[in-house]
Amino acid sequence: MDTDDHDITVSVNGVRYKRRVESRMLLSDFLRHDLALAGTHVGCEHGVCGACTVLLDGQPVRSCLMLAVQAETHEISTIEGLTDKDGAYHPLQQAMHDHHGLQCGYCTPGILMTMTAFLEENLSPSEDEVREALSGNLCRCTGYQNIVDAVMAAAQRMRG
Amino acid sequence: MKPAPFKYIAAASLEHALSLKAEYGDDAKFLAGGQSLMPTMNFRLAQPAILIDLNRIESLGGIRPGDAGGARIGALTRYRNLERDAGFARMFPLIAEALPHIAHPQIRNRGTIGGNLSHADPASELPAIMLALGARFHIQTTKQTRSVEAPDFFLGALTTDLQPDEMLVEVELPLSKPRTGSCFMEVARRRGDFAIVGIAVMMTLGNQDECTHIRLTFCGVGETPIDASSAADHLIGSAPTEKAICDVAASVQAMIDPGGSVHATADYQRHVAGVLTERALQTAFQRARDGH
Repeated sequence: MDTDDHDITVSVNGVRYKRRVESRMLLSDFLRHDLALAGTHVGCEHGVCGACTVLLDGQPVRSCLMLAVQAETHEISTIEGLTDKDGAYHPLQQAMHDHHGLQCGYCTPGILMTMTAFLEENLSPSEDEVREALSGNLCRCTGYQNIVDAVMAAAQRMRG
Repeated sequence: MKPAPFKYIAAASLEHALSLKAEYGDDAKFLAGGQSLMPTMNFRLAQPAILIDLNRIESLGGIRPGDAGGARIGALTRYRNLERDAGFARMFPLIAEALPHIAHPQIRNRGTIGGNLSHADPASELPAIMLALGARFHIQTTKQTRSVEAPDFFLGALTTDLQPDEMLVEVELPLSKPRTGSCFMEVARRRGDFAIVGIAVMMTLGNQDECTHIRLTFCGVGETPIDASSAADHLIGSAPTEKAICDVAASVQAMIDPGGSVHATADYQRHVAGVLTERALQTAFQRARDGH
Protein backbone atom coordinates (compact mmCIF):
# COMPACT_ATOMS: atom_id res chain seq x y z
CA MET A 1 0.00 0.00 0.00
CA ASP A 2 1.25 3.48 -0.86
CA THR A 3 1.87 5.59 2.19
CA ASP A 4 -0.34 8.61 2.72
CA ASP A 5 2.23 11.42 2.51
CA HIS A 6 1.73 15.13 2.91
CA ASP A 7 3.95 18.16 2.29
CA ILE A 8 3.91 20.38 5.35
CA THR A 9 5.45 23.65 6.44
CA VAL A 10 5.88 23.94 10.18
CA SER A 11 7.45 26.66 12.24
CA VAL A 12 9.45 25.36 15.19
CA ASN A 13 11.14 27.84 17.54
CA GLY A 14 10.79 30.48 14.84
CA VAL A 15 12.44 28.39 12.09
CA ARG A 16 10.33 27.29 9.14
CA TYR A 17 10.77 23.69 8.05
CA LYS A 18 9.36 22.10 4.89
CA ARG A 19 9.09 18.36 5.07
CA ARG A 20 7.16 15.47 3.54
CA VAL A 21 5.57 13.31 6.26
CA GLU A 22 3.38 10.27 6.41
CA SER A 23 -0.01 11.11 7.92
CA ARG A 24 0.48 8.77 10.87
CA MET A 25 3.71 10.49 11.96
CA LEU A 26 3.18 11.84 15.48
CA LEU A 27 4.33 15.39 16.13
CA SER A 28 6.65 14.07 18.87
CA ASP A 29 8.39 11.69 16.45
CA PHE A 30 8.52 14.35 13.75
CA LEU A 31 10.37 16.73 16.07
CA ARG A 32 12.80 14.08 17.23
CA HIS A 33 13.48 12.09 14.08
CA ASP A 34 12.81 14.44 11.15
CA LEU A 35 14.01 17.69 12.73
CA ALA A 36 16.57 16.13 15.11
CA LEU A 37 15.15 18.15 17.98
CA ALA A 38 15.47 15.36 20.51
CA GLY A 39 14.97 17.56 23.55
CA THR A 40 11.26 16.72 23.42
CA HIS A 41 11.06 13.42 25.26
CA VAL A 42 8.66 10.58 24.63
CA GLY A 43 7.34 8.75 27.68
CA CYS A 44 3.99 7.01 27.52
CA GLU A 45 2.75 7.98 24.04
CA HIS A 46 -0.82 8.08 25.22
CA GLY A 47 -1.14 11.44 26.85
CA VAL A 48 -0.58 10.55 30.49
CA CYS A 49 3.00 11.44 31.38
CA GLY A 50 3.50 14.92 29.89
CA ALA A 51 7.16 14.31 28.91
CA CYS A 52 6.42 15.27 25.29
CA THR A 53 4.71 18.59 26.11
CA VAL A 54 5.43 21.35 23.57
CA LEU A 55 3.75 24.68 22.94
CA LEU A 56 1.27 24.91 20.08
CA ASP A 57 0.76 28.60 19.35
CA GLY A 58 1.93 29.28 22.90
CA GLN A 59 -0.26 26.71 24.66
CA PRO A 60 1.11 23.51 26.20
CA VAL A 61 -0.12 20.36 24.45
CA ARG A 62 0.91 16.70 24.24
CA SER A 63 2.95 16.28 21.07
CA CYS A 64 2.28 12.51 21.15
CA LEU A 65 -1.44 13.17 20.73
CA MET A 66 -1.04 15.32 17.63
CA LEU A 67 -0.09 14.39 14.11
CA ALA A 68 2.79 16.21 12.48
CA VAL A 69 0.51 16.99 9.56
CA GLN A 70 -1.78 18.87 11.96
CA ALA A 71 1.03 21.26 12.86
CA GLU A 72 0.90 22.75 9.35
CA THR A 73 0.70 26.56 9.63
CA HIS A 74 1.09 26.46 13.40
CA GLU A 75 3.93 27.74 15.58
CA ILE A 76 5.56 25.04 17.72
CA SER A 77 7.91 25.83 20.60
CA THR A 78 10.18 23.18 22.10
CA ILE A 79 12.75 23.04 24.85
CA GLU A 80 15.49 23.87 22.31
CA GLY A 81 14.01 27.36 21.96
CA LEU A 82 13.81 28.16 25.65
CA THR A 83 17.25 29.70 26.17
CA ASP A 84 17.78 33.18 24.75
CA LYS A 85 19.99 33.89 21.74
CA ASP A 86 23.14 34.09 23.87
CA GLY A 87 22.42 30.69 25.34
CA ALA A 88 21.45 32.14 28.72
CA TYR A 89 19.00 30.04 30.69
CA HIS A 90 15.36 30.97 31.02
CA PRO A 91 14.76 32.02 34.66
CA LEU A 92 12.88 28.77 35.25
CA GLN A 93 15.77 26.70 33.85
CA GLN A 94 18.12 28.53 36.21
CA ALA A 95 15.75 28.02 39.13
CA MET A 96 15.41 24.30 38.37
CA HIS A 97 19.20 24.10 38.48
CA ASP A 98 19.45 26.11 41.69
CA HIS A 99 16.71 24.17 43.50
CA HIS A 100 17.65 20.69 42.27
CA GLY A 101 14.34 20.43 40.42
CA LEU A 102 15.50 17.42 38.44
CA GLN A 103 17.29 14.16 39.01
CA CYS A 104 17.23 11.92 35.92
CA GLY A 105 15.89 14.82 33.86
CA TYR A 106 13.63 12.79 31.58
CA CYS A 107 10.47 14.69 32.51
CA THR A 108 12.21 18.07 32.65
CA PRO A 109 11.67 19.36 29.08
CA GLY A 110 7.92 18.72 29.37
CA ILE A 111 7.81 20.38 32.77
CA LEU A 112 9.73 23.42 31.54
CA MET A 113 7.42 23.88 28.55
CA THR A 114 4.33 23.51 30.73
CA MET A 115 5.49 25.79 33.50
CA THR A 116 7.06 28.54 31.38
CA ALA A 117 3.70 28.87 29.59
CA PHE A 118 2.00 28.90 32.99
CA LEU A 119 4.29 31.68 34.25
CA GLU A 120 3.55 33.74 31.12
CA GLU A 121 -0.04 33.90 32.33
CA ASN A 122 0.43 33.95 36.08
CA LEU A 123 3.52 35.56 37.55
CA SER A 124 2.20 35.52 41.11
CA PRO A 125 0.98 31.97 41.55
CA SER A 126 0.18 30.29 44.84
CA GLU A 127 1.86 26.98 45.57
CA ASP A 128 -1.50 25.26 45.01
CA GLU A 129 -1.82 26.85 41.57
CA VAL A 130 1.67 25.66 40.69
CA ARG A 131 0.81 22.12 41.74
CA GLU A 132 -2.42 22.23 39.74
CA ALA A 133 -0.55 23.46 36.64
CA LEU A 134 2.05 20.74 37.16
CA SER A 135 -0.56 17.99 37.56
CA GLY A 136 -0.26 16.81 33.96
CA ASN A 137 3.47 16.07 34.18
CA LEU A 138 4.75 12.95 35.89
CA CYS A 139 8.12 12.98 37.64
CA ARG A 140 9.23 9.72 39.22
CA CYS A 141 12.40 11.04 40.89
CA THR A 142 11.89 14.28 42.74
CA GLY A 143 8.62 14.04 44.60
CA TYR A 144 7.83 17.41 42.99
CA GLN A 145 8.73 19.57 45.99
CA ASN A 146 11.91 20.95 44.46
CA ILE A 147 10.13 21.58 41.16
CA VAL A 148 7.45 23.58 42.98
CA ASP A 149 10.18 25.49 44.84
CA ALA A 150 11.89 26.25 41.52
CA VAL A 151 8.71 27.55 39.90
CA MET A 152 7.96 29.77 42.88
CA ALA A 153 11.53 31.11 42.81
CA ALA A 154 11.40 31.71 39.05
CA ALA A 155 8.11 33.57 39.43
CA GLN A 156 9.65 35.80 42.07
CA ARG A 157 12.67 36.50 39.91
CA MET A 158 10.56 37.20 36.81
CA ARG A 159 8.42 39.66 38.80
CA GLY A 160 11.69 41.57 39.31
CA MET B 1 2.78 2.42 19.97
CA LYS B 2 2.34 4.11 16.62
CA PRO B 3 -0.92 4.49 14.74
CA ALA B 4 -1.65 2.03 11.94
CA PRO B 5 -1.64 3.63 8.46
CA PHE B 6 -4.64 5.75 7.52
CA LYS B 7 -5.60 8.37 4.98
CA TYR B 8 -5.69 11.88 6.44
CA ILE B 9 -8.05 14.50 5.09
CA ALA B 10 -8.26 18.00 6.59
CA ALA B 11 -11.87 19.01 6.03
CA ALA B 12 -12.16 22.57 4.73
CA SER B 13 -15.75 23.08 5.86
CA LEU B 14 -18.54 21.37 7.78
CA GLU B 15 -20.17 20.39 4.47
CA HIS B 16 -16.89 18.86 3.30
CA ALA B 17 -16.50 16.90 6.55
CA LEU B 18 -20.07 15.61 6.41
CA SER B 19 -19.81 14.58 2.76
CA LEU B 20 -16.62 12.64 3.54
CA LYS B 21 -18.36 10.91 6.45
CA ALA B 22 -21.35 10.11 4.24
CA GLU B 23 -18.95 8.58 1.72
CA TYR B 24 -16.78 6.57 4.13
CA GLY B 25 -19.18 5.86 7.04
CA ASP B 26 -17.72 3.67 9.77
CA ASP B 27 -14.37 3.45 7.98
CA ALA B 28 -13.81 7.10 8.85
CA LYS B 29 -13.35 8.85 12.18
CA PHE B 30 -13.62 12.55 12.89
CA LEU B 31 -10.48 13.95 14.50
CA ALA B 32 -11.29 16.86 16.82
CA GLY B 33 -9.02 17.43 19.84
CA GLY B 34 -7.65 13.90 19.54
CA GLN B 35 -7.22 13.51 23.30
CA SER B 36 -9.18 10.24 23.37
CA LEU B 37 -8.89 9.11 19.75
CA MET B 38 -5.12 9.51 19.41
CA PRO B 39 -4.27 7.34 22.45
CA THR B 40 -6.53 4.57 21.16
CA MET B 41 -4.89 4.88 17.75
CA ASN B 42 -1.41 4.87 19.29
CA PHE B 43 -2.37 1.62 21.02
CA ARG B 44 -3.94 0.44 17.73
CA LEU B 45 -7.17 -0.23 19.56
CA ALA B 46 -8.67 2.03 16.90
CA GLN B 47 -7.49 1.68 13.31
CA PRO B 48 -9.68 3.93 11.20
CA ALA B 49 -8.95 3.80 7.47
CA ILE B 50 -9.76 7.49 7.07
CA LEU B 51 -9.21 10.35 9.49
CA ILE B 52 -11.26 13.49 8.85
CA ASP B 53 -9.58 16.38 10.66
CA LEU B 54 -12.10 19.00 11.81
CA ASN B 55 -9.63 21.44 13.32
CA ARG B 56 -9.67 23.88 10.42
CA ILE B 57 -13.45 24.35 10.56
CA GLU B 58 -13.60 27.50 12.65
CA SER B 59 -17.38 27.73 12.49
CA LEU B 60 -17.61 24.51 14.55
CA GLY B 61 -16.07 26.19 17.61
CA GLY B 62 -17.30 28.88 19.95
CA ILE B 63 -20.14 29.71 22.30
CA ARG B 64 -23.18 31.65 21.18
CA PRO B 65 -26.45 32.61 22.85
CA GLY B 66 -29.23 30.02 22.74
CA ASP B 67 -32.66 30.69 21.26
CA ALA B 68 -34.43 30.98 24.64
CA GLY B 69 -31.52 32.18 26.76
CA GLY B 70 -28.86 29.66 27.67
CA ALA B 71 -26.03 28.89 25.31
CA ARG B 72 -25.09 26.86 22.26
CA ILE B 73 -21.61 25.37 22.36
CA GLY B 74 -20.01 24.43 19.06
CA ALA B 75 -18.60 20.90 18.94
CA LEU B 76 -15.04 22.09 18.35
CA THR B 77 -15.06 24.36 21.41
CA ARG B 78 -12.19 23.35 23.64
CA TYR B 79 -12.34 22.95 27.41
CA ARG B 80 -9.89 25.81 27.56
CA ASN B 81 -12.38 28.13 25.85
CA LEU B 82 -14.99 27.38 28.51
CA GLU B 83 -12.45 27.68 31.31
CA ARG B 84 -11.45 31.18 30.24
CA ASP B 85 -14.91 32.57 29.58
CA ALA B 86 -16.00 34.36 32.77
CA GLY B 87 -19.51 35.01 31.45
CA PHE B 88 -19.97 31.32 30.65
CA ALA B 89 -18.72 30.34 34.11
CA ARG B 90 -21.31 32.65 35.71
CA MET B 91 -24.05 31.21 33.55
CA PHE B 92 -23.06 27.57 34.11
CA PRO B 93 -21.26 27.33 37.47
CA LEU B 94 -21.72 23.54 37.40
CA ILE B 95 -19.44 23.28 34.35
CA ALA B 96 -16.98 25.80 35.78
CA GLU B 97 -16.71 23.75 38.97
CA ALA B 98 -16.16 20.52 37.04
CA LEU B 99 -13.58 21.74 34.51
CA PRO B 100 -10.53 21.55 36.81
CA HIS B 101 -11.38 17.86 37.38
CA ILE B 102 -11.34 17.12 33.64
CA ALA B 103 -7.85 15.81 32.85
CA HIS B 104 -4.93 18.25 32.91
CA PRO B 105 -4.21 21.70 31.46
CA GLN B 106 -2.42 20.28 28.40
CA ILE B 107 -5.40 18.02 27.63
CA ARG B 108 -7.90 20.84 28.21
CA ASN B 109 -6.00 22.99 25.72
CA ARG B 110 -6.82 20.50 22.96
CA GLY B 111 -9.82 18.43 24.04
CA THR B 112 -13.19 19.45 22.61
CA ILE B 113 -16.73 19.33 23.95
CA GLY B 114 -18.10 17.54 20.88
CA GLY B 115 -15.25 15.05 20.89
CA ASN B 116 -15.72 14.22 24.54
CA LEU B 117 -19.47 13.68 24.21
CA SER B 118 -19.20 11.67 20.99
CA HIS B 119 -16.58 9.45 22.63
CA ALA B 120 -19.05 8.86 25.50
CA ASP B 121 -16.72 7.49 28.12
CA PRO B 122 -18.99 6.69 31.09
CA ALA B 123 -16.27 7.73 33.57
CA SER B 124 -15.97 11.14 31.92
CA GLU B 125 -17.44 14.14 33.72
CA LEU B 126 -19.06 15.99 30.84
CA PRO B 127 -21.75 13.46 29.84
CA ALA B 128 -23.12 13.38 33.42
CA ILE B 129 -23.09 17.18 33.50
CA MET B 130 -25.06 17.29 30.25
CA LEU B 131 -27.73 15.08 31.83
CA ALA B 132 -27.88 17.33 34.89
CA LEU B 133 -28.21 20.48 32.79
CA GLY B 134 -30.85 19.04 30.45
CA ALA B 135 -28.70 19.54 27.36
CA ARG B 136 -29.95 19.05 23.84
CA PHE B 137 -27.58 17.69 21.19
CA HIS B 138 -27.76 18.94 17.60
CA ILE B 139 -26.71 16.39 15.01
CA GLN B 140 -26.13 16.86 11.31
CA THR B 141 -25.61 14.92 8.08
CA THR B 142 -25.28 16.19 4.53
CA LYS B 143 -29.03 15.78 4.18
CA GLN B 144 -30.64 16.65 7.49
CA THR B 145 -30.34 17.95 11.01
CA ARG B 146 -31.93 16.50 14.11
CA SER B 147 -31.63 16.93 17.82
CA VAL B 148 -31.81 14.55 20.76
CA GLU B 149 -32.04 15.02 24.51
CA ALA B 150 -28.94 14.01 26.45
CA PRO B 151 -30.47 10.83 27.98
CA ASP B 152 -31.28 9.50 24.49
CA PHE B 153 -27.77 10.22 23.19
CA PHE B 154 -25.76 7.99 25.53
CA LEU B 155 -26.60 4.37 24.75
CA GLY B 156 -23.74 2.46 26.37
CA ALA B 157 -20.04 2.55 27.15
CA LEU B 158 -18.40 4.47 24.26
CA THR B 159 -21.67 4.12 22.35
CA THR B 160 -23.98 6.93 21.29
CA ASP B 161 -27.01 7.46 19.11
CA LEU B 162 -24.78 8.90 16.35
CA GLN B 163 -25.16 7.11 13.01
CA PRO B 164 -22.19 6.46 10.69
CA ASP B 165 -22.91 9.53 8.56
CA GLU B 166 -23.69 11.89 11.45
CA MET B 167 -21.77 14.49 13.43
CA LEU B 168 -22.61 16.08 16.75
CA VAL B 169 -22.26 19.75 15.75
CA GLU B 170 -23.61 21.69 18.70
CA VAL B 171 -24.75 21.32 22.30
CA GLU B 172 -27.59 23.49 23.55
CA LEU B 173 -27.77 24.27 27.26
CA PRO B 174 -30.93 25.80 28.72
CA LEU B 175 -30.67 28.73 31.09
CA SER B 176 -31.23 27.59 34.66
CA LYS B 177 -34.08 29.07 36.67
CA PRO B 178 -33.55 31.67 39.39
CA ARG B 179 -32.68 30.26 42.83
CA THR B 180 -30.86 27.29 41.36
CA GLY B 181 -27.81 25.92 43.13
CA SER B 182 -25.39 23.51 41.50
CA CYS B 183 -22.59 21.31 42.73
CA PHE B 184 -20.02 19.06 41.12
CA MET B 185 -17.87 16.73 43.19
CA GLU B 186 -15.64 13.82 42.34
CA VAL B 187 -13.40 11.25 43.92
CA ALA B 188 -10.53 10.13 41.70
CA ARG B 189 -7.26 8.39 42.47
CA ARG B 190 -5.38 11.50 41.42
CA ARG B 191 -6.57 14.94 40.39
CA GLY B 192 -7.28 14.82 36.68
CA ASP B 193 -7.85 11.08 36.52
CA PHE B 194 -11.18 9.64 35.50
CA ALA B 195 -13.68 9.59 38.33
CA ILE B 196 -14.13 6.61 40.63
CA VAL B 197 -17.40 8.40 41.32
CA GLY B 198 -18.45 11.86 40.19
CA ILE B 199 -21.71 13.65 40.95
CA ALA B 200 -23.50 16.62 39.40
CA VAL B 201 -26.46 18.28 41.14
CA MET B 202 -28.83 21.03 40.01
CA MET B 203 -31.38 22.10 42.63
CA THR B 204 -33.99 24.85 42.28
CA LEU B 205 -35.84 26.33 45.26
CA GLY B 206 -39.16 28.18 45.54
CA ASN B 207 -39.85 31.25 47.68
CA GLN B 208 -40.16 29.22 50.89
CA ASP B 209 -36.91 27.35 50.18
CA GLU B 210 -38.94 24.37 49.05
CA CYS B 211 -37.25 22.28 46.39
CA THR B 212 -39.07 22.65 43.05
CA HIS B 213 -36.66 20.92 40.68
CA ILE B 214 -33.77 18.55 41.14
CA ARG B 215 -31.33 16.75 38.90
CA LEU B 216 -28.81 14.31 40.34
CA THR B 217 -26.45 12.53 37.94
CA PHE B 218 -23.31 10.42 38.20
CA CYS B 219 -20.27 9.49 36.19
CA GLY B 220 -18.09 6.45 36.71
CA VAL B 221 -20.75 4.17 38.18
CA GLY B 222 -22.28 2.51 35.11
CA GLU B 223 -22.09 1.88 31.38
CA THR B 224 -23.45 5.36 30.68
CA PRO B 225 -23.75 8.54 32.71
CA ILE B 226 -26.45 7.75 35.27
CA ASP B 227 -29.46 9.95 35.99
CA ALA B 228 -30.43 9.19 39.60
CA SER B 229 -32.85 12.11 39.94
CA SER B 230 -35.74 9.80 40.83
CA ALA B 231 -33.91 8.92 44.06
CA ALA B 232 -34.50 12.55 45.09
CA ASP B 233 -38.19 12.77 44.10
CA HIS B 234 -39.29 13.02 47.72
CA LEU B 235 -37.29 16.22 48.18
CA ILE B 236 -39.70 18.06 45.89
CA GLY B 237 -42.16 20.30 47.74
CA SER B 238 -40.25 20.98 50.94
CA ALA B 239 -36.92 22.35 52.10
CA PRO B 240 -34.43 19.48 52.12
CA THR B 241 -33.71 18.31 55.68
CA GLU B 242 -30.63 16.41 56.73
CA LYS B 243 -32.76 13.30 57.16
CA ALA B 244 -34.33 13.64 53.70
CA ILE B 245 -30.89 14.05 52.14
CA CYS B 246 -29.62 10.91 53.95
CA ASP B 247 -32.61 9.05 52.50
CA VAL B 248 -31.65 10.18 48.99
CA ALA B 249 -28.12 8.87 49.54
CA ALA B 250 -29.51 5.48 50.61
CA SER B 251 -31.79 5.37 47.57
CA VAL B 252 -28.89 6.21 45.29
CA GLN B 253 -26.82 3.41 46.79
CA ALA B 254 -29.65 0.96 46.16
CA MET B 255 -30.24 2.25 42.64
CA ILE B 256 -26.76 2.30 41.10
CA ASP B 257 -24.90 -0.75 39.90
CA PRO B 258 -21.24 0.22 39.64
CA GLY B 259 -18.89 -2.19 37.90
CA GLY B 260 -15.96 -1.96 40.27
CA SER B 261 -12.36 -2.19 39.12
CA VAL B 262 -8.91 -3.10 40.38
CA HIS B 263 -8.74 0.39 41.92
CA ALA B 264 -12.15 0.54 43.57
CA THR B 265 -14.57 -2.26 44.36
CA ALA B 266 -18.26 -1.84 43.53
CA ASP B 267 -19.01 -1.65 47.27
CA TYR B 268 -16.53 1.17 47.68
CA GLN B 269 -17.98 3.04 44.70
CA ARG B 270 -21.46 2.64 46.18
CA HIS B 271 -20.24 3.96 49.52
CA VAL B 272 -18.55 6.97 47.89
CA ALA B 273 -21.67 7.68 45.82
CA GLY B 274 -23.68 7.90 49.03
CA VAL B 275 -21.20 10.21 50.73
CA LEU B 276 -20.96 12.47 47.67
CA THR B 277 -24.76 12.55 47.36
CA GLU B 278 -25.09 13.94 50.89
CA ARG B 279 -22.32 16.49 50.45
CA ALA B 280 -23.37 17.66 46.98
CA LEU B 281 -27.05 18.00 47.89
CA GLN B 282 -26.20 20.02 51.01
CA THR B 283 -23.88 22.25 49.02
CA ALA B 284 -26.32 22.77 46.14
CA PHE B 285 -29.08 23.59 48.66
CA GLN B 286 -26.94 26.18 50.42
CA ARG B 287 -25.90 27.75 47.14
CA ALA B 288 -29.50 27.92 45.89
CA ARG B 289 -30.65 29.45 49.17
CA ASP B 290 -27.78 31.94 49.41
CA GLY B 291 -27.96 32.89 45.76
CA HIS B 292 -24.60 31.82 44.40
